[in-house]
Amino acid sequence: MRGVLENTTVRFLARRLAYTAVVLVGVMVVVFSIVQLVPGDPVRIALGTRYTEASYEALRAASGLDRPLWEQFVGYLGGALTGDLGVSFRNGEPVTAVLLERLPATISLALAGLVIGLAVALPAGIYSALREGRLSDGIVRIASQFGVSVPDFWMGMLLITLFSSVLGWLPSSGYVAITDDPLEWLRRVTLPAITMGIVAGSIMTRYIRAAVLDVASMGYIRTARSKGLAPKVVTFRHIVRNALVPVLTITGIQMATMLGGVIVVEVVFAWPGLGRLVFDAVASRDYPIIQGAVLLIAVMFLLINLLVDVLYAVVDPRIRLS
Amino acid sequence: MSAVLSVRDLGVTIGRSTIVDGVSFDVQRGQTLGIVGESGSGKSMTVLAATGLIDAPGAVVTGASRLGSTDAAGLDLVAATPTQLRRVHGDRIGFIFQDPSTSLNPLLTLERQLTEGPEAHLGLTRRQARSRALALLDSVGIPNPSDRLAAYPHQLSGGQRQRVMIAVALACDPDLLIADEPTTALDVTTQAQIIDLVRGLQEERGMAVVWISHDLGVIGQVADDVTVLYRGEAVEQRPIVEVFDEPRHDYTRTLLDARPVLGLATPAPADPNADVLLSIRDLDVSFPITTATGKSTVHAVRGASLDIRRGHTLGLVGESGSGKSTVAGVLTGLTEPASGTVTLEGRDIFGRRGTELTQLRREISMVFQDPFSSLNPRMSVAEAIAEPLRVHRLAAGAKGRRGRVEELLELVRLPREFADRFPHELSGGQRQRVSIARALAVEPKLMILDESTASLDVSIQSQVLELLATLQQDLGLTYLFIAHDLAIVQQMSHEIAVMRQGEIVELSSNERLYADPQHDYTRTLLAAIPPERPRAAASEA
Repeated sequence: MRGVLENTTVRFLARRLAYTAVVLVGVMVVVFSIVQLVPGDPVRIALGTRYTEASYEALRAASGLDRPLWEQFVGYLGGALTGDLGVSFRNGEPVTAVLLERLPATISLALAGLVIGLAVALPAGIYSALREGRLSDGIVRIASQFGVSVPDFWMGMLLITLFSSVLGWLPSSGYVAITDDPLEWLRRVTLPAITMGIVAGSIMTRYIRAAVLDVASMGYIRTARSKGLAPKVVTFRHIVRNALVPVLTITGIQMATMLGGVIVVEVVFAWPGLGRLVFDAVASRDYPIIQGAVLLIAVMFLLINLLVDVLYAVVDPRIRLS
Repeated sequence: MSAVLSVRDLGVTIGRSTIVDGVSFDVQRGQTLGIVGESGSGKSMTVLAATGLIDAPGAVVTGASRLGSTDAAGLDLVAATPTQLRRVHGDRIGFIFQDPSTSLNPLLTLERQLTEGPEAHLGLTRRQARSRALALLDSVGIPNPSDRLAAYPHQLSGGQRQRVMIAVALACDPDLLIADEPTTALDVTTQAQIIDLVRGLQEERGMAVVWISHDLGVIGQVADDVTVLYRGEAVEQRPIVEVFDEPRHDYTRTLLDARPVLGLATPAPADPNADVLLSIRDLDVSFPITTATGKSTVHAVRGASLDIRRGHTLGLVGESGSGKSTVAGVLTGLTEPASGTVTLEGRDIFGRRGTELTQLRREISMVFQDPFSSLNPRMSVAEAIAEPLRVHRLAAGAKGRRGRVEELLELVRLPREFADRFPHELSGGQRQRVSIARALAVEPKLMILDESTASLDVSIQSQVLELLATLQQDLGLTYLFIAHDLAIVQQMSHEIAVMRQGEIVELSSNERLYADPQHDYTRTLLAAIPPERPRAAASEA
């Protein structure tokens, strides 16, 4: 029966999709309002102190800010849906192009960070929960508390000092696209990914530990033990599978957070991702870029939530077949 | 004849507290040992320790528990290694637990849950294990077993889940079946079916059964011998009929006297001509329910009508999901009805706003089922009881409220000093008395008792029921008594309404309902109640 999309699953996914669309429109309203809500005139800010009335009017008209509000919104909405997010105030480049240029750097870093985070968190969280109260559990808990508490810029600097300055194993910064040179990409992504992975992994370790402990106390785990099953069968088939359901949520949130660009990490490692883009755009009040980046980050957030919901349905028959 | 399980001087301690103290028993092939006791008496702990399945952190087990076998020595389950235990768990010993909604893995198909035991112990292939699973589902009375193998637990009813659990326990044809409160979470009619099923399977397979229950009525239906546990000690161990007929220990006598039995007691008579206090006409309630996959409507109550006279108790009985608590929800304004009218002293209770609504909340008060969750853990007893006094301005100032709180505590037979205690310092029975005091604080016209004694031990339950009866006499209270136990309803109610799937199928006086039930469903319910005398007594006669 698995693999066949049951009617209920389709309905479930349709509902989630509709929900995603509604939230997306809400996000667009908010993003659109950014320009309306900022104090002062964005065009004046964009032009700085030296401009003529003519250049002011030209930019205003080019940005569409001279039209009525609703018309601006419809225009924005239509533009956004067709991939036109306006042009950067700073250099006149199309926002969409700027974003797309930055996206691969951020996505590849986020995925690498998530892989490292999960590679740490899954074994550590499961192991620590199964040995609750023992020394090894204590060590994992203290280590994950440390990982959550240490600021990421400091962790990044520490890693740079050790691995590039002292040992000289890895470059301290810079980005090479994975499509250009996979090996060089790997060398350069390692340190920022570890920095992000330690934070995300520490958070997820705590969640996984709690989820495993919660499941381990359930009646069906006692049933599994009462069948005389081998400990690893009880652990993996019964405990971990059930614990993964809540863990999916936190993994999705971590992934989405990383996709939003961990600004500090990208700045420390000179990684040309979305985080740095937003950082620079805020500094120069480049509103179209800020708007576009916020919208893109929100869309990725929603897509990941949708993905998590789909995975829920895959993992949990109560959602798939209710 | 050698015993299947022979337990000697079993003890369990956790830290400095002794949970089980020197318990010994034997179970023979084809025999059922009942272990009975109230919550905290150590019943489950005894059996889990004796079978090596104990998982309480820090528990230390002493004594011996020998699983008999054809080779002379057998295996001492207390001293056995984890590997030795795993070899007998699920193979020679099968387990059924209390709550079928949590004892099956929600993510695995029934097939997987039924086959993993035989695959591990009997070395069956997937295919052999599958046909064994089919036969097992069939033997526990699951219809269309071949369709059901691919189902998940949430697609079954509670009774069916417990049948599957029994199939899991029997998967490797064990010598010993441990049944830990296997019917406690089930409705009375389902309970009767499960008891019959286990008895039938036992006769067929000749296994030994250890059946744990707090309910002497159930134990009477299943057991040959019984061990009564009290505070971790076996205070009485004899054949079931002897225990029922000539209990030797005081505690056994208390248990026997406190258990609700049909036909033993009826309430003090109430004035048959008293005026109608509450009148429900053609009440319909439906809920839109939203699941992960969409919306649907559940008709919780359909066309219900009843009257409650002042000073009377109306018993509302039914199994889970019958809609009885929904009626309570409507009366307290927590649930909106779809149609119908409800009047209190002739005035409509719906559509009231502002002070009228506040007034209604004073006139109808409620005592809930679970004494552990219905009191705010951060409020002292005095604060909990005084809250309605404050809201309805029923006592003058803090001093007046304190005085009234103490009066109310006295009314529910609790010492005044309890006013400054917090819920966690009280037992279940004491908490329920506090809940009753809180409900009485507003001097309600109608008190709704929604399964108010269902989660209490029988000895405590009988005391609380007695208190409620006395309060009714002294204060002229009117009760809506919602319960699933027909014996308790008989003891408390003047009139009785039987609900099934949202409908009132029978409404009649106490005397008539029990003497001459009109509806089939009422008869089924009555027939499902374990009789006063144990089954073994009937077969001897």
